[in-house]
Amino acid sequence: MQAVLKEFRAAWAFVERNFNLVKRYWKWEVVFFAYTVANSVTMGFIGKGVENFSGTKVDVNFLILYMLIGSILWGYLSILFEIVAETVAWERWEETIEYTFMAPVSRATHLLSVCLFSIFYGLVRSGLILLVVSWFFKLDLSGANFAGAAAILGVGSFSFIGLGMIAAILPLISPEKGVQVVHIFQALLLMFSGVYYEVEVLPAWMQTVAKLSPATYALQGMRASILDGQPFSALWSFTYPLLFMGAVMLPLGIFTFSKMERYAKKKGLLKRNG
Amino acid sequence: MRGKPETNRIETTERGKIMLFKDEKIALSVKGISKTFQKHKNKTIKAVDNVSFEIFRGEVFGVLGPNGSGKSTLIRMISTLLIPDTGNILVFGFDAEKEANSVRNLVNRVSVEASFFKKLSAMENLLFTAGLYGISKAKAREELLRIFDRIGLSRKRIHDPLEDFSRGMQQKVAIARAFLTSPNLLLLDEPTTGLDPRAKKEVQALIQEVCKEHDTSILLTTHDMFEAEELCGRVAIFHEGKVQKMGEVMKLKAAIPGGPLVSLEDVFMHYTGTTLKEADSGFEEAETLQEVS
Repeated sequence: MQAVLKEFRAAWAFVERNFNLVKRYWKWEVVFFAYTVANSVTMGFIGKGVENFSGTKVDVNFLILYMLIGSILWGYLSILFEIVAETVAWERWEETIEYTFMAPVSRATHLLSVCLFSIFYGLVRSGLILLVVSWFFKLDLSGANFAGAAAILGVGSFSFIGLGMIAAILPLISPEKGVQVVHIFQALLLMFSGVYYEVEVLPAWMQTVAKLSPATYALQGMRASILDGQPFSALWSFTYPLLFMGAVMLPLGIFTFSKMERYAKKKGLLKRNG
Repeated sequence: MRGKPETNRIETTERGKIMLFKDEKIALSVKGISKTFQKHKNKTIKAVDNVSFEIFRGEVFGVLGPNGSGKSTLIRMISTLLIPDTGNILVFGFDAEKEANSVRNLVNRVSVEASFFKKLSAMENLLFTAGLYGISKAKAREELLRIFDRIGLSRKRIHDPLEDFSRGMQQKVAIARAFLTSPNLLLLDEPTTGLDPRAKKEVQALIQEVCKEHDTSILLTTHDMFEAEELCGRVAIFHEGKVQKMGEVMKLKAAIPGGPLVSLEDVFMHYTGTTLKEADSGFEEAETLQEVS
C-alpha cells in the first residue's frame, strides 16, 4: 500500500511540475496558442474559399468543418506526441535529467504521469482553440455525434502516447540529433495520416503506410462522427485499429524506453550535455 | 580489500528499509569498477580504472583529484546514472545495477551545477523532489520551512524563481533538496566549485551541521584540498581514473617526507608526481585540443 501511495505521489509530482512550468512559461503558451488559432482559422478559410476557386457549388459547411477537424485534432495529437516525446529533451535542456532519473520512481510511473498531463493539457488547449475558431465560422453541428467523437479521441490518445514514448527514445540515445528526428517523424505523420485530405488521394504505397498511423483512424473516426453523424456502431472500424495500436504501442513504448534507458546508462548518454 | 560483504539484517531508517552488512559498518562498497567511454570513432577514454574502496556509516570520505580524473563518473555510477563496465557497487547491501530502485531510495546527490527548473521557485522545485521520493506535501512543506531557515533563505523568497538566486544560494537549495529526502548516503560532487569564499564556507558549514543531525554517510569529491581537510576523515587520491592512495588524512600526511606538517596538496603531489594545478591544466589543454580537432 505504501509503495502504491509513493508511486501516486510521484505521478502527481510530475503532473504538478508540468503545470507549474506551463504557468511560468505563460508567455510562450500565448505565442503557441495564437499560432495554432491562426493556423486553424486559415484552414477554415481555405475550406470556405474552395467554392471561389472551383466556381462550382460545394458544401462549404462540410469543407470548413473538414479542415477544422484536421487542424484541431492534429493540434491535439501533436501536443500529446510532443510532450511525451520531448520529456527527455526538455529535462536535458533544463539540466534536471540526472536528478529525475536517479529518483526512486518507476519509469512507467514517470512516463504515464507525463502522458496524463499531456492529455489534460491537450484537451484544455484544443477546447479553447475550438471555442475561438468557432467564433469565426457559422458551423452547423446539429447532426454531429459528439459522444462518438469523444470516444475516438480517448482511444486515439493511447496509441499516440505509445508512439510518443517510442519517439522519446530518440532524444535519450542521441542528445544532439534526437529532437530533430522526432520533428521529422512528426512531419511524416502529418503527411501520411490525411490531416487535410483523404488518404485515398495519396499514392498506393503512401496509403499502405497511412494504415500504420493511428492518426489516420482517429481523423477518419472524428470526421465520421462529427461530419456524418455516424452512430457508435458505425465507428467500430475506426475504433478497433486504435484500440489495437494503443494496446500494443503503450506497453511497447514503456518497455522500449526502459531498455534504451539501460543502453543510455551503459554508454553515458544521460549526461546533460550532448 | 575485503570480499563481497554479506548481508543479513534489515533495519528501518528515516528513508525506509535498508539491508545492513554483517559488520553493520559499511555504507558503500565499491569493488573493482571500471568505465570506458567511446569519445570518437577510434578513441576511447578509461574514466575509471579498477577502483575499489569502502565507506563506513556516518563517515565523510573524500575523493581528491583534478578535473577530468573520473570523480564525477564514479559518482554517477554510484547514483545509478551510469552502469559500470566491470565490478560492482553495493549501497547498504543493495546492488546499484540490479537493485537500482532500492539504491535510489537511499542515495541523493549534490553536483557542481545546482540543476533546477530555473523558472520554478525553490518551493516548487523542492516539492517536486519531495513527490518523487514519496514524501507527503504537508510533511515536505514543514521540513522545507525548517531547512530554509537553516540555510538562511528568507521565507519571502521561497516563491521566487530559482533563476533569480545567486549561485551560492542555488547551491544551498541543492543541499536542501538532498537533505529533504534524508539520504543514508549523500554524494557531494564538487559542491562548492565556483562559489565565492563566503558562500563556500557557508555551504561547508551547512554540510557539517546537517550531517551530524541525519547520521548520513558522505562521499565528497573535490579538487579543493582545504575543503577535503576540513570535511573528510579519510580520503582517496584519485588520478587518471585510479585510486593512487587511500587513508586517513593525518596518516597520509605523516607518511610522506616532511609530514605531518605538509598539506594535502603535497600528499597529492607525492603520490601522483604532479600538482593539482598542472593536472587541471593538462585536462583543459586536452579538452581544447579535442574541440579544435
